[in-house]
Amino acid sequence: MPLEFEKPILELEKRIAELRETARTTGVDLEAEIRLLEDRLARLKEEVYGSLNAWQRVQLARAPGRPTTLDVLEKAFQDFLELHGDRAFADDPAIVGGLAYLEGQKVVVVGHQKGRDTKENLHRNFGMPHPEGYRKAMRLMDLADRFGYPFLSFIDTPGAYPGVSAEERGQAWVIAQSIQRMSRLKVPAIALILGEGGSGGALAIGVANRVLIMENAWYSVISPESCAAILWRDAKEAPKAAEALKLTARDLLAQKVVDAIVPEPEGGAHKDPDQAIRNIKEALLKTLEELKGLSPEELYRDRYRRFRTLGAYAES
Amino acid sequence: MALERLFRRKRPSGENRDVPELWTKCEACGAQLYKKEFRENLYVCPKCGHHHRVPASERVEMLADAGTFQEITGLRPLDPLGFVDTKPYAERLRAYQEETGRKDAILGGTCTIGGVPAVLLVMDYAFAGGSMGSVVGEEIARGAERAAAEGRALVIVAASGGARMQEAALSLMQMAKTVMSLDRLWEKRLPYVSILTDPTTGGVTASFAALADVIFAEPGALIGFAGPRVIRQTIRQELPEGFQRSEFLLKHGMVDRVTDRRKLKGELVRALRHLHPGVPYAVGV
Ligand SMILES: [Zn+2]
Repeated sequence: MPLEFEKPILELEKRIAELRETARTTGVDLEAEIRLLEDRLARLKEEVYGSLNAWQRVQLARAPGRPTTLDVLEKAFQDFLELHGDRAFADDPAIVGGLAYLEGQKVVVVGHQKGRDTKENLHRNFGMPHPEGYRKAMRLMDLADRFGYPFLSFIDTPGAYPGVSAEERGQAWVIAQSIQRMSRLKVPAIALILGEGGSGGALAIGVANRVLIMENAWYSVISPESCAAILWRDAKEAPKAAEALKLTARDLLAQKVVDAIVPEPEGGAHKDPDQAIRNIKEALLKTLEELKGLSPEELYRDRYRRFRTLGAYAES
Repeated sequence: MALERLFRRKRPSGENRDVPELWTKCEACGAQLYKKEFRENLYVCPKCGHHHRVPASERVEMLADAGTFQEITGLRPLDPLGFVDTKPYAERLRAYQEETGRKDAILGGTCTIGGVPAVLLVMDYAFAGGSMGSVVGEEIARGAERAAAEGRALVIVAASGGARMQEAALSLMQMAKTVMSLDRLWEKRLPYVSILTDPTTGGVTASFAALADVIFAEPGALIGFAGPRVIRQTIRQELPEGFQRSEFLLKHGMVDRVTDRRKLKGELVRALRHLHPGVPYAVGV
């Protein structure tokens, strides 16, 4: 299912392909016409992709085919060994994690996992974790600290699951604990917002020394739909809310909420997931290198400073 | 907020002309309450025990030892994103400031509580639903740091709908900031006690409020992560009776004690005296 604003581009691409096919099968020279359409396509792409608004980026962040945590772990890392369970209640499929190598470096990885089709999405609860998911993440943070391996997290959730079972098992409590546990890591920690960074459920694994974000990902205190439902009393005003929340990568960089933007292929990561994953790998390696010289105590203090200074207020 | 609306209600015409200034009504059982007595009873209905919301300044009076409170809060909010929904955020802030006489949704200071030196921070639900933006986050972090620097306990009375939407990601970041500031108390072995009042939800529950050494909750308070409306929409079912109320949280192991407001100061003092390493053994103070 193409996104609404992609449709004119896809239609033009289809027409060019058809002309090519006609030229090939009939032997008629259509080069001039094809070139004309290709010029128009290039201009159209520039027009659409060069001026994406916040709401369009939110849609790109949710686009089917966009790389998920497991895609990144399988393609950018070597020998990902998934570890399961929170040792207390259950294994939460909405959060995955385990051990891996990044260009030969040992690392511990955790991330929200959305489904790549409807069936998997149901299994993964659309990437909305229960408390046991965060407890699994904290277990893996313990593991990273115990062995001194860098901790890498991938954020892609509409939010922590808002349900009866999650509340009964202390959703707020585990999110708070996970924020605290991650802030206390004595190893380099990098978080990458892959797609959706929905509120506390995202931040729970986002308290890193460096926070990176994909070019078309979003990160905020609330989803545009929920924000619109509350402030505009109409979820259909989500495009307005997306704009007001200043939730795009560039806006977040200006607010210092993120430290760097990972570029996506033209039209979004779902257009060329492999290229997107190569960009991710490059960004992670570069960031790990930056943090390499810091001692455990310095890493803790660096993280403290990073978050301590965020916010906008005036002295009385 | 509902409570204050009751107090501000205009004199109705007709037969009740002399009633409204002196009397109010219990939100739960509807009992007619003599306002002076109601206040002396700490806004707890003497008929049914319902705990009404308390203005932040009166909360300070209930908990701080008389004459010891010195205000330390007063940062002013900005509008970093130029946020406009149906009204500009800047305008909303001005209205809340006029209504409450406060710069933002928190009132705090140094004081003693049962003789124990403390930093007491009280969230003000009347100001933007007690929501946490940059100011609330910074005041809490500074409060924790000050408590650590001066050997004081930290006591936070939470009352909040969660993180403030109009500061978006910056509000979210306050969750991390407040949580991290608590480490300063840990390092110094200083106690942190959190009191959850009606309502405490969202990013406030899911950050500093949940991480105290001892957590009190007031009876019947709504406490949780997601709001009941959101949960009802998600599961498309009615919620169980008492769901997300203090007693439910006690049963599920999330809070230490559900304490009647009229006994709260006494229990708070006991907890602080037990925990604070600088306070000697003393029973029944
Ligand atoms: Zn009553």
